[in-house]
Amino acid sequence: MTEISGPLDRARLRRGWRYRSAVAARVGLAAFGGYALAGLATAFLSLTLPMVRSEAVATATLISFAILAGAVIWVFTARTLLRAALGLGLPIALVGLGLWLALDGVAMGPPA
Amino acid sequence: MRQGFRQSMAWLHTWAGLVTGWVMFAVFVTGTATYYRADLSLWMRPELHAGPSDPVPAAERGVAYLKAHAPKAMAWYVSVPQPDRPMIAVYWMDSLEASLGQAMLDVETGAPTKARDTQGGDFFYRFHYELQMMPVLGRWIVGAAAMILLIALISGIVTHRRIFADFFTFRRDKSAQRGWLDAHNVTGVLALPFHLMITYTGIVTLGVMYMPWGVTAAYKGDDLRFYVEAAQTTTWRPAAGRPGEAVPLAPLLARAQGEVSEPLEMVIVNNPGDANATVVAVFEEPHGLAHQHPQIAFDATSGTVVERVEPLKPAAQVFTSFMGLHEAHFASTALRALFFLCGLLGSATIATGLVLWTVARAPKAGEAPGFGLRLVRGLNLGTILGLPIGMAAFLLGNRLLPVDLAHRATWEGSVFFGAWALAAFVSLLRPHRRAWTELGLAAGFLFGAVPVVGALTTDRGLDFLAFDAAMLGLGLALALGARKVSDYEARRQAARPGPARVPEGFAEA
Repeated sequence: MTEISGPLDRARLRRGWRYRSAVAARVGLAAFGGYALAGLATAFLSLTLPMVRSEAVATATLISFAILAGAVIWVFTARTLLRAALGLGLPIALVGLGLWLALDGVAMGPPA
Repeated sequence: MRQGFRQSMAWLHTWAGLVTGWVMFAVFVTGTATYYRADLSLWMRPELHAGPSDPVPAAERGVAYLKAHAPKAMAWYVSVPQPDRPMIAVYWMDSLEASLGQAMLDVETGAPTKARDTQGGDFFYRFHYELQMMPVLGRWIVGAAAMILLIALISGIVTHRRIFADFFTFRRDKSAQRGWLDAHNVTGVLALPFHLMITYTGIVTLGVMYMPWGVTAAYKGDDLRFYVEAAQTTTWRPAAGRPGEAVPLAPLLARAQGEVSEPLEMVIVNNPGDANATVVAVFEEPHGLAHQHPQIAFDATSGTVVERVEPLKPAAQVFTSFMGLHEAHFASTALRALFFLCGLLGSATIATGLVLWTVARAPKAGEAPGFGLRLVRGLNLGTILGLPIGMAAFLLGNRLLPVDLAHRATWEGSVFFGAWALAAFVSLLRPHRRAWTELGLAAGFLFGAVPVVGALTTDRGLDFLAFDAAMLGLGLALALGARKVSDYEARRQAARPGPARVPEGFAEA
């Protein structure tokens, strides 16, 4: 914890709707975007990790919460909202594409 | 959200900690109490005496009760008597949607128990992850709060420059804010591995519910199949639709016990009375971290073994070890006490963090506190001292409510929430600084009253000596803390006369 001085903080509270909506947008992005990335990654890894499927699911589910935590930290660290959204959207798109391909594989012949 | 990595992490730590603090404080405190769930349950059923019992006749009595009272159920579950629960617990499932039916039976007779109707230590255990709400909603709230707490932990570590130095730093007298900051750091850093472990493993314990997408993708949502392949349960055989005569239970259990060295814990009958019925013997967890019960399934009509739960594969071993670490079933007395202390430290970290938020934002002398500050102060006090008051009242209610009261277990829960709500409400009517002292004394008094009321209302001699000593210790600690706060505040006010110099911040304490 860094020290927070009273007056500075009250000034921050008064910064108005622009600041508040920026915060709200990041909270929303972190919650929904982070969960989307973690959920897609769990599904993708469950289908593609080179193990029997129960092991792949267990591994993917175990690390999914670390992925979620990392995504949330990223959203609040990025310098601008746009960077935060792009930095989250790109992996979501890639993992989503990978999942789509992997699901295609499942339809042709189940791995386990 | 300020510029720079460390600044943004400090911001995130502050706000993630605040929004999740109240729920997580309650989750930590009740979870810490749950390390002694067995002792709580025994204390709360003074009619019963702990002791060894033979599991096989108990299982037969449980099945006989279910045959008479739930003949049409999809599945029966008979939990044989445990050291902490000297009763036969029977449950039955009428359909996948309906909630489980349950009854507690006397070990010797198999008739409904004469012990008082109470949830015992299970009350805090279930509150810990369901908040005594609708299970699904409660679990999601606790899960979301735990996830935010994990973020607060990570950002808190990043924010920290001097983790090692903070072990030895406690500047109580420098300023109110310094004192609270150091208290927050010391309790947070001392047990940091525990805090991280318990938060992550807690999320993982309900992980398949929070993150079902692996099961959705790889099993098309058939989670029962997943649990079978992950060696957590046996296969469900659908009913044949025609009746079947089951072979006697005792020989099956004896055969199963011949293969397993752990004691029997539960007997499950799937599709009872059907030609396709199965009997599953479930044994206690072998010694070790992993949370897996050996299980052997029999065909109920022929008595042949149809399935044995396989040994755990590596990832499942890790997954179940996370759950095992969280529950600490493996812990002996000393390790359990250490887990308990770490849980207390975690609760204290959250509590000091919540108080620190208000101290850092205390208005200058003469300024009225704003709505946000007053709200947080009220919620802090109502949670940090209201919850212990509720817990002590719950224990007192267990002894003082009439034994034959209808829906007695529910009434005990009402006493818990009623006392908590009353404490939180009263604290709003009192001057904030004095309310901390008063509620602290009230909580101390209530915990101190538990052994006294226990001795007056039950005739168990010195059976609960350790429990009573723990209650007295808790009561003394709370009362002394309250005394210290009021003394300290009085001294500070005396030492710094003048209206402009009153250290408003410390009034939180």
